[in-house]
Amino acid sequence: MLSLLKRIAKTGIVTEPAPGTDDMRREIDRLQDEVLNILGRALTIREVDAGSCNACELEIHALNNPYYNLEGRGIKFVASPRHADMLLVTGPVTKNMENALKIAYECTPDPKLVVAVGDCGCGCGEIGRLFGPNYATVGPVEAVLPVDVKVPGCPPTPIALMQGILAAVRTR
Amino acid sequence: MRFHAEPIEFTRQPGVGAPIWRGQTADREDWLRFAISVHRHAGRLCALWGSDERCSGGGFRVHAVFALDEGWPYLTLDLPADDPVYPDLSGIFAAANRMQRATYDLVGIRHDGEDRRPWLRHGGWPADWFPLRHDANHPPAHENLPSDYDFVQVGGEGAHEIPVGPIHAGIIEPGHFRFTVVGERVLRLEQRLGYQHKGIECRLASADFATGARLVGRVSGDSTVAFCWAYADALEAACGVTPPPRALALRALLLERERVANHLGDLGMLGNDAALAFGLSQFFRLKEDWVRLNAQVFGHRFLMDSIVPGGVAVDVEARHLAAIVTQCESIGRAVKELQRIYDEHSGLQDRFLTTGPIDARLVRELSLSGMAARAAGVLLDARCHRHGYAPPPPWNRLAVRPASDERGDVAARVAVRFAEIYEYLRLIRLLAADMPAGEIRGTVEPVAGAAGVGIVEGWRGEVIVGVQLGADGKIARCHPHDPSWQAWPALEHAVLNDIVPDFPLINKSFNLSYSGQDI
Repeated sequence: MLSLLKRIAKTGIVTEPAPGTDDMRREIDRLQDEVLNILGRALTIREVDAGSCNACELEIHALNNPYYNLEGRGIKFVASPRHADMLLVTGPVTKNMENALKIAYECTPDPKLVVAVGDCGCGCGEIGRLFGPNYATVGPVEAVLPVDVKVPGCPPTPIALMQGILAAVRTR
Repeated sequence: MRFHAEPIEFTRQPGVGAPIWRGQTADREDWLRFAISVHRHAGRLCALWGSDERCSGGGFRVHAVFALDEGWPYLTLDLPADDPVYPDLSGIFAAANRMQRATYDLVGIRHDGEDRRPWLRHGGWPADWFPLRHDANHPPAHENLPSDYDFVQVGGEGAHEIPVGPIHAGIIEPGHFRFTVVGERVLRLEQRLGYQHKGIECRLASADFATGARLVGRVSGDSTVAFCWAYADALEAACGVTPPPRALALRALLLERERVANHLGDLGMLGNDAALAFGLSQFFRLKEDWVRLNAQVFGHRFLMDSIVPGGVAVDVEARHLAAIVTQCESIGRAVKELQRIYDEHSGLQDRFLTTGPIDARLVRELSLSGMAARAAGVLLDARCHRHGYAPPPPWNRLAVRPASDERGDVAARVAVRFAEIYEYLRLIRLLAADMPAGEIRGTVEPVAGAAGVGIVEGWRGEVIVGVQLGADGKIARCHPHDPSWQAWPALEHAVLNDIVPDFPLINKSFNLSYSGQDI
């Protein structure tokens, strides 16, 4: 136990300023206020993998590491879409996940936000084209759900994901 | 070369990759007999897939890669176009079951066994339409309705089912788990996968080499290096190209970096799943440091697209090699400290010890490879010397020391991960200190009609890619195989008699790929 506490003390707080410069940081503080104004509480996200290769998920995991510390900024991943304000969806949406994704969307209470993640989920770039619709996939997320913000990248970096999540909140 | 006095003649595939022995048979009896013989000699079934050869005047073909001490026999069986049925291997190798069902869903060639349930086809396309047939064209109009699946029913007093998924509670890929429990105790787990099926093999048909590399590199995002290397190996063997020594050393460096990244993440997740959030924070911090250096040196946090047919796409400067060595030292020190904390944490060890056990006999019956097999006392690693087997370069000069554990439980899979991290860091330092000079990439000229198989020890286990080129020199058929195919059924066994709340921990201790299996 002592070594554990020592490790914690030695590590200290490694959380970095949110993406970009100090201006950006002020912007994020403002956005956090907006989140509170719009939602009356912290933002909750249900992540749905609708057909990715798992690389997008690895970067979404990284959002919760101490450097990005998303939860410390009042943004939290939840288990049920019924508790979520936002769906963070990776793709390409497979035929085998199409129905489950639609059900998750139906279960999410209004007002709800949808953020499409990755080149496959956004249908952009060379990788988005290579993973376009075929017999097994419906296409990008917007082929199934109304999308508020797209976060391209293969996979998008945690910084890009944070920016996308915050941009989506600003649309409301 | 013949194996165990079986009549099939095998020839060694050219090239510098893992030793692969190619053989062909038109005889269904020989196919079955060879499989029985491999099983009798404690061999494994590594991969099985089908192809449509009708446009080159043949019928259909079923392909299988087995493993023996001497290497990997790769056997094909030609099937007539009007009767594409082959002998069921699932009675010999349980791992054949899902691969054979997937082969039917995609190519429409059938095994003669009993289990005819679809595996990858859930209802998204018609049952009599097969995407990997050359005359398949566009799928007919079809309503995508979820289909019922014939789960094995368990009866008896107090037995009830818990369906989980396809969408799980965390940030994780989709799949369905059907538990049958009595009280909290798990009596049976049956998986239904295929939710991530995105038709990658169909996308690979008629792709050029570079496009193929991008697609294969996205079969499973956490194993992109292993898949790209196996794909490059297969093409290089097919086209008679030997990559320059610097490229091979860089590939090994990339692969070891991929392993360390995954192990760091898993050790954090395993702590977290046993309610030690401290572990998640600490290991994820280390993982972030690790992937940031990847981005700095190789241009991509997960090293995607860095291995290409003929060599590698990125070179490393001397100052970057120095940074890599320095980082190995600091990460090694931090992991040692964290291991001490994990080892001494009684709450954590209480959750890990005796949870989710598999034994060496099960490992062999399920043809399991890789980390989970080593954690159950079966020392399989394509990079290591063992009796009758010399690993391919650059492993042959590195003398890789495999880690193993006899216990087969979650604690063993944690212990093996720790031990492997130290070994991988040692290998990375060796590779960085002795990096051959010279070119990093040769050209691969397509050879019409050529074929090859590549096998690379990924962080989970054996990653296999089989490639067949067409008359136009493009890819006619490419099959990427993830070791998760064999390991998913092992998870079904590992949870038996544990309680449902232990499932997330057991699942994470294997950390299998959904996308890699569903392709």
